[in-house]
Amino acid sequence: MGQLRQSWIPIKALIIKEILAVWRDKKSRITLIVPPLIQLLILTHAATLDVNNISIGLYNEDTGWYSHELIQRIKGSPYFKHVYDYKDSHKIREGIDEQKAIVALHMQSDFSRHIAEGNSATVQVILDGRKSNASQIVLGYLNLIFQTFSRDMLKLQGVDILEKINIEFRAFFNPNIEYIYYTVPSLVAILSMVLALTVTAMSVSRERENGTFDQLLVSPSQPWQILVGKMVPAMVISIGESTLLMIAALLLFKVPFEGSLILLYLSMIVFLFSIVGVGLFISALSKTQQQSILGSFVFMTPTMLLSGFATPIENMPLWLQPWTNLIPIKHFFVIIRGIFLKDMSTLEVLKYSWPMALIAIFTLSIAGWMFKKRLE
Amino acid sequence: MTHFSFRRFFAYLKKEEKQILRDPSTFLIAFVLPLMMLFIFGYGVSLDADKVPLGLLLEDTSPTARSLENAFLGTNYFKVKTSYNRAELEEDLTGGRLRGVVIVPQDFSIKVLEGTVAPLQVLLDGSEPNTARFALNYTEGVVNNWGIQQKIEGKTSVILPLQMEPRVWFNDSLKSRYVLLPGSIAVIMTLIGTLLTALVVAREWERGTMEALMATPIRISEMLLAKLVPYFLLGLSAMILCVFLCVVLFGVPFRGSYLILLVATSIFLLAALGVGLLVSSTTRNQFVASQIAIIIGFIPAFMLSGFVFEISSMPEIIQAMTYVFPPRYFVTILQSSFLSGTTWALVMPSLLIMLLIALFFLGISVLNMRKRLD
Amino acid sequence: MPNIKDSIHITSLSKQFKGETLPALQDVTAVIKAGTITGLVGPDGAGKTTLLRLMAGLLLPTQGKISVLGFDTVKEPENLHDVIGYMPQKFGLYEDLTVIENLNFYAALHNLSEEEKPKVFEKMFHFTALRPFTERLAGNLSGGMKQKLGLACSLLGRPKVLLLDEPSVGVDPISRRELWEMVQELVQQGICVVWSTAYLDEADQCGEVLLLNKGKLLFYGPPKELTKRVRARVFEMDILFKKRRLILKEFLKRPDIIDGVIQGNKLRFVCSPSFHIEEKEAKWQAVAPRFEDAFIDILGGSHNGESALAENMPFKHIKGGNHPILAENLTKMFGTFTAAKDISFEIKQGEIFGLLGPNGAGKSTIFKMLCGILQPTAGRALVSGYNLKTAPSRARSRIGYMAQKFSLYGDLSVQENLDFFSGIYGLVGQRRLKEVQQMISIFDLSSYLRSNAGLLPLGYKQRLALACSLMHEPDVLFLDEPTSGVDPLVRREFWNHINGMVEKGVTIMVTTHFMEEAEYCDRIALIYGGVNIATGTPMELKDKVKTKKRPNPSLEEAFIALIERIDRKKAS
Repeated sequence: MGQLRQSWIPIKALIIKEILAVWRDKKSRITLIVPPLIQLLILTHAATLDVNNISIGLYNEDTGWYSHELIQRIKGSPYFKHVYDYKDSHKIREGIDEQKAIVALHMQSDFSRHIAEGNSATVQVILDGRKSNASQIVLGYLNLIFQTFSRDMLKLQGVDILEKINIEFRAFFNPNIEYIYYTVPSLVAILSMVLALTVTAMSVSRERENGTFDQLLVSPSQPWQILVGKMVPAMVISIGESTLLMIAALLLFKVPFEGSLILLYLSMIVFLFSIVGVGLFISALSKTQQQSILGSFVFMTPTMLLSGFATPIENMPLWLQPWTNLIPIKHFFVIIRGIFLKDMSTLEVLKYSWPMALIAIFTLSIAGWMFKKRLE
Repeated sequence: MTHFSFRRFFAYLKKEEKQILRDPSTFLIAFVLPLMMLFIFGYGVSLDADKVPLGLLLEDTSPTARSLENAFLGTNYFKVKTSYNRAELEEDLTGGRLRGVVIVPQDFSIKVLEGTVAPLQVLLDGSEPNTARFALNYTEGVVNNWGIQQKIEGKTSVILPLQMEPRVWFNDSLKSRYVLLPGSIAVIMTLIGTLLTALVVAREWERGTMEALMATPIRISEMLLAKLVPYFLLGLSAMILCVFLCVVLFGVPFRGSYLILLVATSIFLLAALGVGLLVSSTTRNQFVASQIAIIIGFIPAFMLSGFVFEISSMPEIIQAMTYVFPPRYFVTILQSSFLSGTTWALVMPSLLIMLLIALFFLGISVLNMRKRLD
Repeated sequence: MPNIKDSIHITSLSKQFKGETLPALQDVTAVIKAGTITGLVGPDGAGKTTLLRLMAGLLLPTQGKISVLGFDTVKEPENLHDVIGYMPQKFGLYEDLTVIENLNFYAALHNLSEEEKPKVFEKMFHFTALRPFTERLAGNLSGGMKQKLGLACSLLGRPKVLLLDEPSVGVDPISRRELWEMVQELVQQGICVVWSTAYLDEADQCGEVLLLNKGKLLFYGPPKELTKRVRARVFEMDILFKKRRLILKEFLKRPDIIDGVIQGNKLRFVCSPSFHIEEKEAKWQAVAPRFEDAFIDILGGSHNGESALAENMPFKHIKGGNHPILAENLTKMFGTFTAAKDISFEIKQGEIFGLLGPNGAGKSTIFKMLCGILQPTAGRALVSGYNLKTAPSRARSRIGYMAQKFSLYGDLSVQENLDFFSGIYGLVGQRRLKEVQQMISIFDLSSYLRSNAGLLPLGYKQRLALACSLMHEPDVLFLDEPTSGVDPLVRREFWNHINGMVEKGVTIMVTTHFMEEAEYCDRIALIYGGVNIATGTPMELKDKVKTKKRPNPSLEEAFIALIERIDRKKAS
């Protein structure tokens, strides 16, 4: 017991030193607080795959009532913000080519006549394939408007038609399907990962460049103590930062918090262990600060892309999906969103935590091994 | 005595080239990371929401309900899991294994046949709003279609008054990777132009080589050019590699002009390099330089460029911000060059604005760069 | 008045940095002549580097102006940079380029023509002895080799004005001598050289000296003129080698003794004018004053010989016999290269043991093996009886270590540094508080407690570094070039503490290039080519090279002669 306490003393000194080193320097203190907040504010609003404020071009050659009615419905829809009336088909080409409109409708002169005669009228819908995601969603919106229009016209014509099937939806955990409820907790996870990774990745190379690393090596501390002394501060700083961001999430963005705070922090610790392991691995490999920064980047970019944040993992090819399990933040995303919005149960949290724990054990032991090797 | 010396310029260039070739991290950022990103965008992620896992709870097992089930099974949008057990589906929904559950109530077929309003309930996982919205929209589409179809089947004479004939220009199968792959070139150019350059120049300050350089006869113009040229060339070669892979490996069509693309990339790289130089010479510290480069380089390239996220859907303040950063213009040119061919009305203004931004940042970094320490 | 076209004219120059209360330079006026070396000396923080940077056009003067060969440093920086060679303290080398690549790069920047290049490079290789290392990365060179390469790079342009910021820090005596001769040769071709240095024996040899203190010019002229002020006030005295530290301490207590240093088995004193003549009996011998004597005198003298540090220290009783440091057949191989071969010595308690040798001779390797940073390929190293390999933690807990350039955490405050180092050595509770408090009062750090260590004046940095290495009361103290680049006042204060600690039974292991520092040692091991070529007291080493032509060699001469002897043996 006494021995344990004895080996804790240098670790404690290392931890305090590391935290102070980040905190005392004004520039790095500012970089710790301001950029993450800016990122939270901008990304929350920018990172939405939702589509609204759509610009639509209409080229109507028909003068009848039906086309007029359809146009009114489109203008009345909340999705379309700018509606342009085109006078000829060149305008459609121009409008789409120059991205003034993302979609254009073309109704021919016989549009109303066809409908009045009980035939079917065709609307040409032209979409900008350079915006594949938006086009797809716009197409969905238009589809609904068209269906309702068809039904109403049929009814108007006295056709016996099935009543509209009423769809009630209930979105669990997020009744109004708010995007920020999704992005804000995800960003908390991302930003704490970025911080934990860069702080650990740079901590050793900076000491090496400043010549203080030798100073640590001649002290009686053992490699594992130095390792712990580098790990804990990064985790403490990241947890502090997450707390700050979570407070912002609750106060600024009013994201609900349904689950257990303790579970969240516990799983965050497991998550950070796995990230810090990667950070230490990078720092053991790199000789200079530049290498550590770029190394963390090379880890972070693919991780983020494959984490399921911007694009759902279900959409990835089947062979790739199992590999995404190696990405710690993928699991933590599920947990942090789950705890924020769903009051995720302990069992579920455990289910997503153990892969992170495995990754942590793996990365930390590799980092530890590399350290020992380099120290000798 | 103020003449430009090619000898000094080339010596500096050669030094820079050796440092680039010798440091594995430059190689990582200029070639390995781009390759990784291209492969991920080419084979991995996609914005095409399809195969959303959807649960179908059949409390009613009549033929009418079965026919609705078939309608769901018949679409590409969903991967349907049919069940009769509500608890099981709800558990899957909370556990994130299903994104939505459509509940077909016991009295569904009776109400449909009676012609009264038949209620259908959809439960959604609101913690994934994107997919939730998607699932809701497409469920509505499927159900509506089915509903109309239902009656028509009985009376073959009824014709649907409105038919839609969608045509997607430039990308007829709406493949998101045709959009993402070209767009990712902007991110890669930003990494090389801004992040790498910022680090490299900040390092010269940190290590004190800048002080020694300043006291040599080297001119500011020589130093600046020799810093720009290698990273410019590095960026261009990364661009050529990316375009080659996009076209040959991933089959993205290229309909525009390679010359325009080259010009646009050059201008964009100049702007990115200008930002990188400015960041490094004002911070003179690698850690801070990297953080700022991420904020004003990487984030705008990724988030504010229209490459993944639709700019017009963002709040107006953020839309306004996108105009300040060059990636927005570059992504427009990239996507046009690949998919729609050169649309001058889009390309020209974009090129001009990028050029202005490039000149602005380069100008400031030239003015900022003096052969002095204070 | 020298021609404006071949000299540097500094007129009423002042420099005030933003956010600083005191000016870095204040009203400096001087003319630096061509054809001689002008030494730039002064205590740390006097403004030497600022003045050099101003002359190189890298800073803007707040007031006044500088004209270099007629070029105004503010208005004509490009013309200026075409004619100067400048070597900053950080050398300006690219660590990821090889030696030859660095040279080629700077040759091109300095417009050295291709025809001249082979000849100039030849000369550089001769002087730097870097030829075998041309393909080595600059980052992998030893400190001294970097220094030489940095100097070589600044000389490539055949400059008409050479500005050198502490070129000889960390350079071994042989290279230092070569460096000096080389610059001397350039001077004879009529160029201006400004040489800033903390080694005052160099200043002695300069044609002119600028002495700065707190930004003001205290003295400007030939060094001999300054030395005049201590004429007939400098004495040497033979003493018993073993008692030299005690005797020195006694004498320094006297108010009429301004300065005193150990020189092997002699003590050297600078006395105040009021010093009583009757004392100057048998043992006292008047000697010729040196520049350093005058320097100390003009700056108001050194310390009084007391070391509060040693005073507060109990006498050490050490386990592991009488040999706190034991090296047994230490060998270190890097690939096929033998950096240290079969090194054995034992250091007694209370001994100051010096490790000397040219740059790249392997002394850092040996030093690092002894404090446990490097694992030996063969042999073993023991500290206080603990094997560094089998009981590294135990052994290291008995070691105090002060790295070159005082590796403190620059962005932590003084207090935080003390807390950290006491913690990492496992001190807790009352003992930790007591030790930290004691260090603060001994080294007079209380007014700086909240300042960042990186911003301290050099002298305080040195104190803090020493304090940090001592709180855990180590048996042995490792000092790696402890006073390199430090002015004589700080150096004396430092050695005063070391001397005091040695009397209390602390054992010291020191590497140095500085012969005055080596004179403090009880024994010296001279390392060359990875081999220990001579061990002994300073006098013994001197005796080894005594010849008729050289009846009274200095330690520096002994150093050079012993190494040349080995070179001759190898050659034959």
